Amino acid sequence: MTTAVVTGPGGAVQHPVHHDEPSFVRKYIFSTDHKVIGIQFLFMSLLFLVIGGALAMLMRYQLAWPGEPLPMGLGETRAPGGIILPEFYNSLVTMHGTIMVFFAIMPLLVGVFANYLIPLQIGAPDMAFPRINMLSFWLAVPAGILIVASFFVIGGAAGAGWTAYAPLSAVSEYSGVQAGQNLWNISLIILGFSSILGALNYITTVINMRAPGMTWFRMPLPVWALFITAILILLAVPVLTGALIMLLFDNVLGTTFFLPASGGEPLLWQHLFWFFGHPEVYILILPAMGFVSEIIANGSRKPVFGYPAMVIAIASIAILGWLVWGHHMFQSGMNPMLGSIFMGTTMVIAVPSAIKVFNWLATMWKGDLHFHVPMLHAISFVALFVVGGLSGVFLASTPVDIYLHDTYFVVAHLHYVLFGGSLFGIFAAITYWYPKMFGRMMNETVNRIHWLLTFIGFNAVFFPMHMLGSAGMMRRLYDYTEYPHLEPLQETNIFMTWAAFALFAAQLLFAVNFIWCLFRGRRADPNPWNANSLEWTTPSPPPHGNFPATPVVHRGPYEYSSPDVADRDWYPQDELPRVVGAPAHAAETEVRR
Amino acid sequence: MNFWTLPESFSTFGDDIDAIFLTITWVTVAIFFIVEVALVWFIVKYRHREGQRALHIHGSMRAELIWTAVPFLIVMMIAVQSAGVWFDARFPGRIPENAYEIAVRAKQFEWTATYPGADDELGTEDDFTSRNVIHLPADTPVVVHLTAEDVIHSFFVPELRVKQDAVPGMAQRIWFEMTEPGEYVLGCAELCGLGHYRMKGRIMAYTNDDFMRWDLEQRRPAVAVAGTASTEAGGAP
Amino acid sequence: MSTPASLSMLPPVDAAPGIRVYNQKLGMWVFLLSEIMFFTSLIGSYIILRSAHPEAYPTPGSVLNIPLTAFNTFVLICSSVTMVKAFAAAEVRDARGIRVWLLATIGLGAFFLGVQAFEYWKLLGHGFGPSVAGYTAAGGPLYGSTFYTMTGFHGAHVFLGVVALCFTLFRATRGAYDHGDYGGIEVMGLYWHFVDLVWIILFTIVYLM
Repeated sequence: MTTAVVTGPGGAVQHPVHHDEPSFVRKYIFSTDHKVIGIQFLFMSLLFLVIGGALAMLMRYQLAWPGEPLPMGLGETRAPGGIILPEFYNSLVTMHGTIMVFFAIMPLLVGVFANYLIPLQIGAPDMAFPRINMLSFWLAVPAGILIVASFFVIGGAAGAGWTAYAPLSAVSEYSGVQAGQNLWNISLIILGFSSILGALNYITTVINMRAPGMTWFRMPLPVWALFITAILILLAVPVLTGALIMLLFDNVLGTTFFLPASGGEPLLWQHLFWFFGHPEVYILILPAMGFVSEIIANGSRKPVFGYPAMVIAIASIAILGWLVWGHHMFQSGMNPMLGSIFMGTTMVIAVPSAIKVFNWLATMWKGDLHFHVPMLHAISFVALFVVGGLSGVFLASTPVDIYLHDTYFVVAHLHYVLFGGSLFGIFAAITYWYPKMFGRMMNETVNRIHWLLTFIGFNAVFFPMHMLGSAGMMRRLYDYTEYPHLEPLQETNIFMTWAAFALFAAQLLFAVNFIWCLFRGRRADPNPWNANSLEWTTPSPPPHGNFPATPVVHRGPYEYSSPDVADRDWYPQDELPRVVGAPAHAAETEVRR
Repeated sequence: MNFWTLPESFSTFGDDIDAIFLTITWVTVAIFFIVEVALVWFIVKYRHREGQRALHIHGSMRAELIWTAVPFLIVMMIAVQSAGVWFDARFPGRIPENAYEIAVRAKQFEWTATYPGADDELGTEDDFTSRNVIHLPADTPVVVHLTAEDVIHSFFVPELRVKQDAVPGMAQRIWFEMTEPGEYVLGCAELCGLGHYRMKGRIMAYTNDDFMRWDLEQRRPAVAVAGTASTEAGGAP
Repeated sequence: MSTPASLSMLPPVDAAPGIRVYNQKLGMWVFLLSEIMFFTSLIGSYIILRSAHPEAYPTPGSVLNIPLTAFNTFVLICSSVTMVKAFAAAEVRDARGIRVWLLATIGLGAFFLGVQAFEYWKLLGHGFGPSVAGYTAAGGPLYGSTFYTMTGFHGAHVFLGVVALCFTLFRATRGAYDHGDYGGIEVMGLYWHFVDLVWIILFTIVYLM
């Protein structure tokens, strides 16, 4: 057994690196290796992405052909004779939102990539607290089991929306849901604890475990984004936990926090939920912005334009994100003066988002664009995030929101940000770091087809939702044809449903490619994208302990096409500064103690 | 049916809301095209070719300042324009004095309107009610005292550009003035349980004369339908 | 044995890079930030509900036994003192002192929990419960709901603290802190002082205001 003692700046002893073989269970199941934990999160959250998508397909079926029987049965309590019941539809709405937000997008962005990337990109051998990290994953598992199990209890799964507005969520007589709501509560409380443990790990690791020379402003933008996201998680999630506990107590203990009949305040739930919920919205997009910055710079072979501005924009989004929660409640009866203040802060938060978009464009300007698959997804992110950002301006305007609030316009907006934004960011990140994670390349042709179909399918499903919203179609309607003025929308809905089926089917391509290439993909080089950051200096996949010796960082992560290196267009962060006549690749094994 | 614009507006501040909607549409469509065209242009122009090397540049303070300041000014302009209309629609001080007042109570899954009756006072013996159909005068400001019995509902009349959550335990006051007699759809916009989708109603707007006639008709049998909006339990699905 | 985690438990003499606070201490500070937000959500809700419904909240003295809880508050503050003493003992490598003061902290913490359980039992007997059903005390059920949720979650934190202290004591008896490695005790102390501080805030706003 060889043990390399790894030192950080200041000569502190951090972790020994083992090269002995742990048992299967320690290596793949109860592993404390951040890479394994990241990959565990990846498999789990991709599974939830499929489940959440399948729920959406059922909703789309009902919306295209309201009241017509499904081709398959789902059980008498949910869809007798194949006809979806309204209460089951409410469960679908609720669980699609909950699963996608908490069990798919959030763990994909944070659970997977914060775990996988942070130590690799800052040059650390592992997280600060590997065992807490393991606990974080193994708390997410029971949370996931509970949320899925809630479909199979009497009364069905929670049906009050992913926002769970009380009193509907607090009194089972109102919603018809019994244990399902409590399971939803408990599951999210557990998952919240998992997120907090993860966040404290990421924060400590980024602060304390950067490699020598990895100054704050030499950190790759994904690390910045994940670091700030972790701070948001750390501070926002406990507020949700507090609110969930009160809601759970209202349901099971007979307390009366949100029940007006005995003195509670329904709006208190909304304030608590959105005080968490708006930072959560940024938790769901900031990491994707980080990945996209990284990948666009790589694909453009050009430094990120305005790196400090990018960091400041992320930070200001994170700060402003605490001051805008009221814009979810413009029509809830809040003081109109307060509403205007929230409109002001909400409008201001559009600015840092705009800064980011312009910086991405400027990064591509005069670049040398290579359209590898991650780049295609990253460019799509920019193109679609613009739509999501601009539609947000409509909703931020309080008078316009009077009309658009709780219509499909909101659904369109949030999907352009969460799917067009976050999920395209995730596809970019998965296809970009897949070779590092698994040591194999994904099939590029299949991935290109998948990208094209997803891009077209996504727009075909979600762009018409703007029109439905403008026409006045409310959200979460089991059967909009009840309203005569919404009946003419059925044709559009049928089109969207077919597009949604195609979009879902296109994801199968990705799934097959993903799994197939785990075993049969072409072997990946350590640095298949000719990238600069530290993770590309170790083998693919990296060994336990990540780096053979602690890397020393000499420059920022985006020194592409640097005039200092004429023979190639990348310049790794740990490569010794080139002096005239000095050999390249001198830095790799520089610090070995 | 035109998908690209909102349905025709029939309330006084509805046109103002639509004007802002239109402003934002123009601004955002313009920005959308600027960004997407630039994106496509860069994709085509700077695609990789043999021997091409990217410009090694880290940023530009001037560019950052421009694209910070310009979006800021644009959104602030929109915010200021919005605030005026918002206050007209929502500020308690802007509610007209001479408004006709009714109470609407939402419960799973119906709307009950209570009218003041002969004494023009809500909450008295001679009030009368109607279910899911709300009769109102056009060309007269109307104030709705909105409450909910069980869960949160939302009073949404698309053609009047009116939407207000009805929150149990809270009394909301909203107003609007319809510009034309007619029939307007009322829907629930907040998920309120399994019957949410069928919690719909109508607003019947009459000319002042017609409304006066209707109102008088209701008052005569008032004894038979007397009683304020039902408050007994019965919200369970 | 040397799993990465235990090696980085090494004493703070070798401060880790970054901000020169060793990982465990930094991690605990970060965790406590999260805890602050958790208690803020509960206490903030209490303040909002109480100001919206003053009728549900009679003067605390009419329902709660303030002298008893004041004494209990004193006990918890004393336990913070003994915790500091344990830390001081670890700094000077006083093996016996570590164990004695840790044991004293555990005892005071457990005593606090005992008094709280007694208080709950008495209050429940007087019709002051967390739920609407069976609430017969002064004020409204909202009072009971907020009271039990806030003090209950604080109590749960004390309980977990006592469990963790028992584990710390167990490690202390095996000599884990005898050689200048006071990191474990310092981190434990941070948590314990935080829980104490939360109680002082709770006592002030729930019992005295």
